[in-house]
Formats: sequence, structure tokens, C-alpha cells
Amino acid sequence: MSLSRRRKMLPWWFALPGLLWLIVFFAVPILNQVSVSLMSGDPEKGYELTWSFATYWDAIRDYHAQFTRSFGYAGAATLIDFVIAFPLAYFIAYKAGRFKGLWLLLVILPFFVSQVMRTASWQLILNDQGWLVARMQDVGIVADDGRFLATGKAVIFGISYNFLPFMVLPIYATLDRIDRRLIEAASDLYCSRWTAFRKVTLPLAVPGIFAGSLLVFIPACGDYINSSILGSSNTTMIGNVIQSKFLNILDYPTAAALSFILMGVILLGIAIYGRVLGTKNLTELAG
Amino acid sequence: MTTVPESTETSRPPAAAGDAAEQRDICLEHVHKRYGDQTVIGDLSLDIEQGRFYALLGPSGCGKTTTLRMIGGFELPTSGTVRLAGQDVTQLPPHKREVNTVFQSYALFPHLSVEKNVAFGLERRKVDKHETKKRVAEMLETVQLSHLAKRKPGQLSGGQAQRVALARALVNKPRALLLDEPLGALDLRLRRQLQDQLKQIQRDIGITFVHVTHDQEEAMSMADTIAVMNGGAIEQQGSAEDLYERPETSFVANFLGTSNLIDVTPESAPVDHEFSRGTTVDLEPVRYLTHRAEGYAGPIRIGVRPEKVRLYATDQEPPEGDNVLHGKVVQSTFLGVTLQYLVRTAGGLELNVVEPNLVGNSAGTFGAGQDVQVAWDARQTFVVEGGSAGA
Ligand SMILES: Nc1ncnc2c1ncn2[C@@H]1O[C@H](COP(=O)(O)OP(=O)(O)OP(=O)(O)O)[C@@H](O)[C@H]1O
Ligand SMILES: [Mg+2]
Repeated sequence: MSLSRRRKMLPWWFALPGLLWLIVFFAVPILNQVSVSLMSGDPEKGYELTWSFATYWDAIRDYHAQFTRSFGYAGAATLIDFVIAFPLAYFIAYKAGRFKGLWLLLVILPFFVSQVMRTASWQLILNDQGWLVARMQDVGIVADDGRFLATGKAVIFGISYNFLPFMVLPIYATLDRIDRRLIEAASDLYCSRWTAFRKVTLPLAVPGIFAGSLLVFIPACGDYINSSILGSSNTTMIGNVIQSKFLNILDYPTAAALSFILMGVILLGIAIYGRVLGTKNLTELAG
Repeated sequence: MTTVPESTETSRPPAAAGDAAEQRDICLEHVHKRYGDQTVIGDLSLDIEQGRFYALLGPSGCGKTTTLRMIGGFELPTSGTVRLAGQDVTQLPPHKREVNTVFQSYALFPHLSVEKNVAFGLERRKVDKHETKKRVAEMLETVQLSHLAKRKPGQLSGGQAQRVALARALVNKPRALLLDEPLGALDLRLRRQLQDQLKQIQRDIGITFVHVTHDQEEAMSMADTIAVMNGGAIEQQGSAEDLYERPETSFVANFLGTSNLIDVTPESAPVDHEFSRGTTVDLEPVRYLTHRAEGYAGPIRIGVRPEKVRLYATDQEPPEGDNVLHGKVVQSTFLGVTLQYLVRTAGGLELNVVEPNLVGNSAGTFGAGQDVQVAWDARQTFVVEGGSAGA
């Protein structure tokens, strides 16, 4: 083999451990689940592969409401997290000075407690007789005789709360990397602070916003903890359905089919989102 | 022009109303800048005339960038006034000042194409689209980058990026352009080439350039006026010739080229209507033009450039009217184009001498240990501040 050939092969050798990892821990379970999703049978007699695509159509027919709800909740939570995370990340990156590290620690601190525990404690805080709900009734977020717990709002709140750090960190990372001198250059070229933010900082932060949105939206779509702890039977998300099919009803094919439908829709969504917000297009928009 | 809101106009009238003020483009008055308790700029005043190529020259850390940033509006002076075209702009943010900056790091917007970078300022000022397009194209033509208009800054070489930065600033037709070591990151050949281009562009456009550099050759070849800065103050300003032939401080005398500096005790009475006289540590007389020593009391320090000095053997007669000192050659170096000597007098004065290589063999030169006379035209003598300063 010539030297240049060998040089070209080198990166592939480096990638080998990663590729093996992907094959073993990603491709194998996926293929396995694909085959499960195409089985038929019942929990007592067991399942066998019959290439039954009908499971997919049935799943969509029976659970489209939960799908829609999942995407709605996840989308709302992503939006809320963005609105909270961007100013926070901006503050940490530009204004926190030597307390940067401390602020970042505070952002990820909740992660040190299990998600179930955290969510459960919100269940207590948000109980119908609690102080917080009373205040929310005062300001009209909740109807005077209404409750906050067991509503869609509570689930969205829980998701937003649980996934916030995933939005903060990537946005912080991109903002922190932006060369301050670019902002000076913008202000030299007749930009007020606000225009400089709009024309330079924001477009340069797009990759972080993109990454943060995906990191929140994707796990939020499949989340079941928030709905089961803070929600009710009216707030069932697709994650809850999958979980109960898999663990309670033992309907493995439907659980698998639901997972793949979810995955497919999310991938499609990302493709569209990437196109719209795609680094290329957006920078052109900003120009 | 119209970008200045009324509220910023002070009750103070422009410093010098009248004809002279028309000419004055950039004006700093008693500007101080402190960071914490460190004084970076101490009482700096300068006037830059319209259309000048003005260089701020000085060693690293002397406050050149800080001065430029105060003109551009990126730093607020701790005290003092900044005027542009007679108007007090001390408190105005950068985007309301009619100057543009070429940053040392270029600071091109990485998300925008070359074309969009150049158009950036015009678009912010809502210049008509058609007009913007035309001016951007012309400017890219001027800096010879039309073929790279669609590229992103990440795909440019250092020299190309530098020219984009220049175009991005110049396209706005600013009143003055501020350049912070714009050529610092480039290799020597490209630097020389861009120096010529820059000078050419400045001449064609005719706006004021304030150019920060620590390369004295760059300053001398490009600037009409050079200000030599040291420790947060301007030591001296003038043309390259002024600074080189008539330095007024020891620092300037040795920052631009090298000088022989000699401490002298002046005689009280002038020699004649032109010259005064003093004595060196060796008690040898030296003469200098009286007006150059004006304002100095007590001991003074005179100087002469090494290439203005000639060596003579002890039996030779130096020209009439020269200053003559006696000493021994300590070191003699053959450099091809020139011969360099270090001569020491009995009293310990050390003098550098650079002679053109006219002889072509070592027979005509002076070797180490030889007694020599060191002589130069008394008119070439300059006078810097008193004996103790800057020693
Ligand atoms: N933001 C700041 N805070 C504290 N000190 C500063 C700051 N900016 C500059 N200085 C100090 O001010 C002095 C002058 O800095 P400046 O950048 O103006 O130097 P310069 O002449 O441009 O040097 P160089 O040729 O190395 O660029 C330096 O001693 C520097 O350490
Ligand atoms: Mg500098």
C-alpha cells in the first residue's frame, strides 16, 4: 500500500472503535426492536415475526392524540426553555465575570438529584392547597377553584424545568466563544447595542440554539415521568403509552412500533428545522 | 454630521473656532486614562489635521491602542476631551462617531460573506440598496478583491482579510480611519506591498488616517506626521525628518534609529549669533546651535547620529568648524556596506560611528586600540533634555 493510501485509511482506523460501538449498542438493539415491532401474537402465547405492518397503522390510529400532545408539550417546553435559557446563558457568558463557574454549577445542580425525586417534590409544592397554587389563583394563571396539578400546564412546566440545563449549556458555549471584538466592530459600523446583538451575536449563536432545542425537544417527546407525576389521564404522552404497553400490558410490538413512529417523526422534524434554521440559510437571513 | 444627538452637545464652544479649526480633524485635550490605579495615559493632547496620514509609534504597552480606542469610542477617557471635527464626542458611543476602525485582529464577521461584510456599515445606515451594491463593488475593486466577494472570511489569507477589513471601513467614507497595527500579522514582503497600497488609497481618498504601529520604518515610510509615544505620553511629533534629525528627547533619539548622546555642561555665553558651546566630561569643547538648547537650564545632553560622524587619525586635520573628540577605537566591525566603530574617550564616553565602505580594503580602516579623532559638523548636533533625564 502506498504511503498516501495508508494516510487516507488512517482516519478509518481511528473511527473503528466508535463504529464497533455504534454497531453493538445502537444498530443491534434497533434491528432487534424493528423485528419485535413486526411480530404478532399475545402476551400469553408469545410473539413471533409475521411481518405485520398493521401494528404501525393501528398504533397511529389509536394514539395519534397522544402523539400530537407529546409534540405540543415538547414544543411548548422547548420554547419556554429557550426564552428562559437565552438571557440566562447571555448573562453567564458576558456579565457573570469571575462567577461564571458558580453560575454554571447552579444551572446543572438539579441534575445531582434524581429526576423522579425532583419532579415528585414539585408535585408536593404544586398541591392544590399549596401556597404557590393559591398565588397562581390570585394572579389568574389558574382559575379560582381550579388546580394546577394534573393539567397540561403542569406537565409542560415539569418538562421545561427538567430539561432547562440542556438548553442553557449549548447556548452558553456558543455565546462564550463569540469574539468580543466582533461586537466592537459592529458598533464601529453604526450598530447600536441592540442591532449588534441582532446582526452579530444572535446569528453566531444559532448553532447553540439549534443544539439546545434538539437536546430539549427530543427527550421531551418521549418523556413519561412528568406526565405520570404531574399530569393526569388527560395529559398522557406517547412515552406513557409506550411505557405502559411495554411494562404493564406486555404488548411489545405496539410499544416498539410507537417508538419507531416517534423516532421517524422526530427525524423528519429535525430535518425541516435544520433546513429552516440551518446555519447556512439563517446567516443569509441575518445578512 | 447628523448622527450626533443634540443632548450631547456641550455648552463649551469648539476649542479653536475659525480657520484653524476647519483643518483640525481629531483633537485630544488633556486626556487621561486609568485602569484601577494604573495610569495608562497621562495628560495626552494631540491635534491631527484633516487629510493627514498620522502615525502613532511607540514600544509595546505604551498606550497606542488605548489612545486609538478612545478616539474610536471604545474606551472612555478618565478625564479630558475628545473632539472630532471640532465637536465634543467624548461621551458618544462608537456607532455615533464618524470614524471607522480597522482592528488589529481584523474582526471580520465570520457568518457573512466578504461582500456582506463590506456592505455591513452601509446597510446599518440605511443607504439605498442600489447605491450600497455599487459602492461595495467599487471598494472591492479598489482593494483588488472583487473575485473573492462571495467567500467567507474563514477562507481568506491574512493579507486578503486585512484588505477586507480596510474595505469594510473605507466604504463608509468616514471622516477618519483608525488603524491598529493593521499589518502586524503579515510577513515582511506582504507588509511592504500593503504599505504602498494603503498609502496610495489614503492619497486617493484624502481622508485622515491614524495608524498605530511599533515598526519605525513603517511609520517613516507612510506617515506625514509621526507621534512617538512612550509611557502613555507623546514624546515628540513631527515629520520623519524632524524626528530623525532633530529629536528632542533621549527616548526619541534612540527609538528612531540610534544616537550618540553626550552629557555636556554649557558655557553661559554663546560663541556667536548661531552657536553655543559646552564641555564634555573630557573637558573637550562641543558646539551646538543655540536655538536648539532654548528652554534648557543647567546641564544638557547633546546628540549626533552615528552616520554623521567621521573618524580621523591623530595626524589628520578634521574640517574646520567640526566638533572634535579624542578617543581610542574599542571595536571595529566590517559589515560590507558600512564599517562600524565603537570609540571610547579617556573620560569613558562611548561613541558609535558608522562610515560608508569607501576604501575597499582594511588598510584604510582603523583597528582596535588605535587613537582617533571623532568629528562631525556642529550643525548636525541636536540637543535633548538635561543630563539626568532618561539616562
Ligand atoms: N482593559 C485594561 N485593563 C487594564 N489595563 C489595561 C487594559 N487595556 C490596556 N491596559 C494596559 O494599558 C497599557 C497600554 O496598553 P495598550 O494596549 O494601549 O498598549 P499598546 O501601545 O497598544 O501596546 P502594543 O504595541 O503591545 O499593542 C498596558 O500596560 C496595558 O497593560
Ligand atoms: Mg496595541
